[in-house]
Amino acid sequence: MRWPAQMILGAALTALFLAVALLSLLWVPQDVAALNIAAKLQPPSPAHPLGTDHFGRDMLSMLMVGARSSIAVALVAVGIGLAAGVPLGLLAAARHGGWIDELVMRGNDLIFAFPALVIAILITAVLGPSALNAILAIGIFNIPVFARVTRGAALSLWTLDYILAARVAGKGALRISVEHIAPNILNLLIVQGTIQFSLGILAEAGLSYVGLGAQPPTPSWGRMLAEAQTMIYTAPRLALLPGLAIVALVLGLNLLGDGLRDLLDPRLRRRSA
Amino acid sequence: MLRYAAARLVSLCLSLIAASLVIFAVIEVIPGDPAAFMLGLNAEPDTVAALREELGLNGSLPARYLGWVGGMVRGDFGLSYTYRVPVAELVAQRLWVSLPLAALALALSTLIAVPVGVIAAARRGRAADYGIMGVAQLGIAVPNFWFAMLLVLVFAVKLHWFSAGGFPGWEAGVIPALKALSLPAVALALPQAAILARVTRSALIETLGQDYIRTARAKGLSARQAIRRHALRNALIPVLTIIGLQFSFLLAGAIIIENVFYLPGLGRLIFQGITQRDLVVVESVVMLLVFAVIVVTFLVDIAYAAADPRLRHRR
Repeated sequence: MRWPAQMILGAALTALFLAVALLSLLWVPQDVAALNIAAKLQPPSPAHPLGTDHFGRDMLSMLMVGARSSIAVALVAVGIGLAAGVPLGLLAAARHGGWIDELVMRGNDLIFAFPALVIAILITAVLGPSALNAILAIGIFNIPVFARVTRGAALSLWTLDYILAARVAGKGALRISVEHIAPNILNLLIVQGTIQFSLGILAEAGLSYVGLGAQPPTPSWGRMLAEAQTMIYTAPRLALLPGLAIVALVLGLNLLGDGLRDLLDPRLRRRSA
Repeated sequence: MLRYAAARLVSLCLSLIAASLVIFAVIEVIPGDPAAFMLGLNAEPDTVAALREELGLNGSLPARYLGWVGGMVRGDFGLSYTYRVPVAELVAQRLWVSLPLAALALALSTLIAVPVGVIAAARRGRAADYGIMGVAQLGIAVPNFWFAMLLVLVFAVKLHWFSAGGFPGWEAGVIPALKALSLPAVALALPQAAILARVTRSALIETLGQDYIRTARAKGLSARQAIRRHALRNALIPVLTIIGLQFSFLLAGAIIIENVFYLPGLGRLIFQGITQRDLVVVESVVMLLVFAVIVVTFLVDIAYAAADPRLRHRR
């Protein structure tokens, strides 16, 4: 099987940002907490490959640490969605038509009625702005997404013969869900996880842009953009770099997600061929 | 059809009740009590007590919930604590910015995305298709608020065609008001258009694979005629769904975009409510937004049940 070029590009972009985020834990070119007003708004130079911001902080270091906060928020939010959504979806499918199923589906409809950002704003308004609450806000919205995907896929598996065989062998619904259903929907979950990861990056950027994400002095791409906006007449460069970083990472994740879906779902591959 | 509409209406009411309960509960779980939260740390105890009285916090939980919901049904959204005016009044003013903005963005996104998606589907696998889908892929990855900043950079800072933000009000005339809304509408619309174009393309490609299209071609219709007479209408059903869903994205997106352009809309109202801890405003405006989304979803459901009889019998 040939890996499509787009997917390789996506995987490379994603890997690059993950590597940068990990690297930023160990090493950044310059401390992002140290302000150096004398060196503010410098153009790119050997000492500062991407220049400095209005506080004289090294832009490359800021972007690296920003990658770490964005990725951390989005990843943990995907984790919340998986941890709560997948069991709910499995349960709903195992007890198809029962009250749990009904509850999961109606809860789903309800959450989808709230624009995601509005939920996030409501939560952060009540609990106060912080990276943790941003994670919570994005994560809650991920739960019904994973529950719905899991339930849908699990329902179609439950009609298959090998599940019937497992039931005849005396396995209970719970055991079948864990041993036979879950491993077989892993593909779908990986694809959905990639999509939610990319949506999470966008959501985190939006929240921190309006001041509801990571708080100063922790750098985040969204807040870098918010600060750059006030200086858009004098230093437009500051507004370009964090935005490009967001676009590159989200694009990478989307290309990876699309590629994985084509690769892992033969049904789709045939249709689009 | 009537039975279907009635069933949908019941579920609409249930969703509204559930949503109002959720919002009410979220405001309730605020650490401490809302009055103390709104007044901050240094408030005098009797000020807090007075606000508790004003907000009706001394009543029981169910009584307060019913009072809030009952008031909203009558159009009474409570009194904004910071502005000292009825929230309904604030909302009414702000709607004149947010609604035209969302409508403009929705129209723009549809007008761009549907034709572009059709072209891509019709020229599938050719240069035009790859070009359009490449741009769409990029469009999905661009955060709308950053795109808004780029628009400001190009059209306001460099070219001076538009102002970088602010809203003159409709009193200043329709043209200046629309001009102030145009950059925000483009910023909101383009990322949505990218999604819509992809949906249109795949819906049309799916439809073009159907037997009745082959029949249409076999009886001598050109590809273009087959698309126009048969495929397009059928392909539009999923497109309509997405347009309906996008309304909620546009509302939410407008919250951020209004902040980028300093537009006095509902989104800015929510933010001012949050920063001023004016919970009455936050609670009521959020409920209003959710109400709008639920009603639009309902209307979309009804619209395509009317368009497609098969959907009426599916649960």
